[in-house]
Amino acid sequence: MTKIGLQTIKLDSAPYILETSSIVGPKEAEGPLAKYFDQCLEDEFWGEKTWEKAESKIIKENVSALVAKSGIASTDIDYCFAGDLLNQCISSSFGLRETNIPFFGIFGACSTFAEGMCLGSTFVDSHAARNVICATSSHFCSAEKQFRFPLELGNQRPQSAQWTVTGSGAVILSNSNLGKPCPRITYVTPGKIVDMGVKDANNMGAAMAPAALDTLVTHFKDTGRKPSYYDAIITGDLGYVGKEILTELAETKGYNIKNNYDDCGVLIFDKEMQDTHSGGSGCGCIATVFSGYFYQMLKEKKINKLLLIATGALMNSTSSQQGESIPGIAHAVAIENLDN
Amino acid sequence: MDFLQSIDWMQLLRCFVVGGLICIIGQILIDKTKLTSARILVIFVTTGVILGALGIYQYVIDFAGCGATVPLLGFGANLAKGAITEAQNSGLLGAFIGGVKASAGGIAAAVFFGYLASLIAKPKIKKQ
Repeated sequence: MTKIGLQTIKLDSAPYILETSSIVGPKEAEGPLAKYFDQCLEDEFWGEKTWEKAESKIIKENVSALVAKSGIASTDIDYCFAGDLLNQCISSSFGLRETNIPFFGIFGACSTFAEGMCLGSTFVDSHAARNVICATSSHFCSAEKQFRFPLELGNQRPQSAQWTVTGSGAVILSNSNLGKPCPRITYVTPGKIVDMGVKDANNMGAAMAPAALDTLVTHFKDTGRKPSYYDAIITGDLGYVGKEILTELAETKGYNIKNNYDDCGVLIFDKEMQDTHSGGSGCGCIATVFSGYFYQMLKEKKINKLLLIATGALMNSTSSQQGESIPGIAHAVAIENLDN
Repeated sequence: MDFLQSIDWMQLLRCFVVGGLICIIGQILIDKTKLTSARILVIFVTTGVILGALGIYQYVIDFAGCGATVPLLGFGANLAKGAITEAQNSGLLGAFIGGVKASAGGIAAAVFFGYLASLIAKPKIKKQ
């Protein structure tokens, strides 16, 4: 493990992404990526009394499914890095309280999934762990209550607003591939906090795009790679508004990402059919889209080099009410098939 | 039949149009400004109080009936009217008592029926 350039870490052992698992809600199940998810729920409550309990259940069941799929015993999982959007990360800590796996609760808003993968992969690369789990979850109904308005108020959503994904994505990072070909993490570029003064909590894409740009450019400079090196550069979750801004900003910095760039918030819903306004968002967005769709593409070798950049808006409802701007952050993870 | 014949259809139309216009103002504020719904609510009630106190809103009520009294502007006007009447009857203290007294029926009904609804209804996800 070596630090290169300004912010990037080169992972010499290139930890394997041994297995992934995803559970999504009913709206995501109607979207274009439905067939790639492991489980699709029929209602947002999933038999629970509250949305918060439902979200905890989603991450709990997803992590159990992940461990069962992977074929390794839960006692062989050394650490778990998990987070979500609710106050004090209660979905993760309540959902995973019975797992008996040493737990790191992390918060990076919608960037949490990549934050977990950065931390998890350095743990594995440094031999601090053999197997780690990185998981996140989000729930539309609990997130609306947390960040905007409770659904009972019946507020209308503006067109620039994104739709928080209901679901959980989880991965196992390992020092062994158990004999099967697995994609590997070669570099991670943890991002800086970037605040351009955007204040509208209904327009997160614009707030987070400059942070994504900063991490993207730093990653290319640190590694000496060009955008064309990657088969796909994927952000989550800038949505339609932020995707457009990032494409333009990257061009002004001399990086053309038009051909191989897309955003998980754009991919997960059908804009015309599902009326989600500016696309999907939330901790669960990039987590489910990666764990479901992109992991499958990597396994099938339709994509061999993937740059995953998760973006987060580091605000809460109090900071918004007090007129603060929204600081953005983005973490990048380079995932590659090395055996071909 | 007597009931149907007694309906003033023009009155219904005026009520519908004026009530609708007030709601259009609210919709424009939601779509074109960054005002939260709570702020729009306060703007409507306060505007109603001012228009009511100046006596202007009474003309709208005379013209449109429930089309003017049911929206929040009507609630504001009612507060103003109650405050003025009570102030005339019992002095300065009446200005504080009168508004709520005049709208007590509406407030109590909102709490009562809101509570009833919460007992039988369950929140659902939005469709869009």
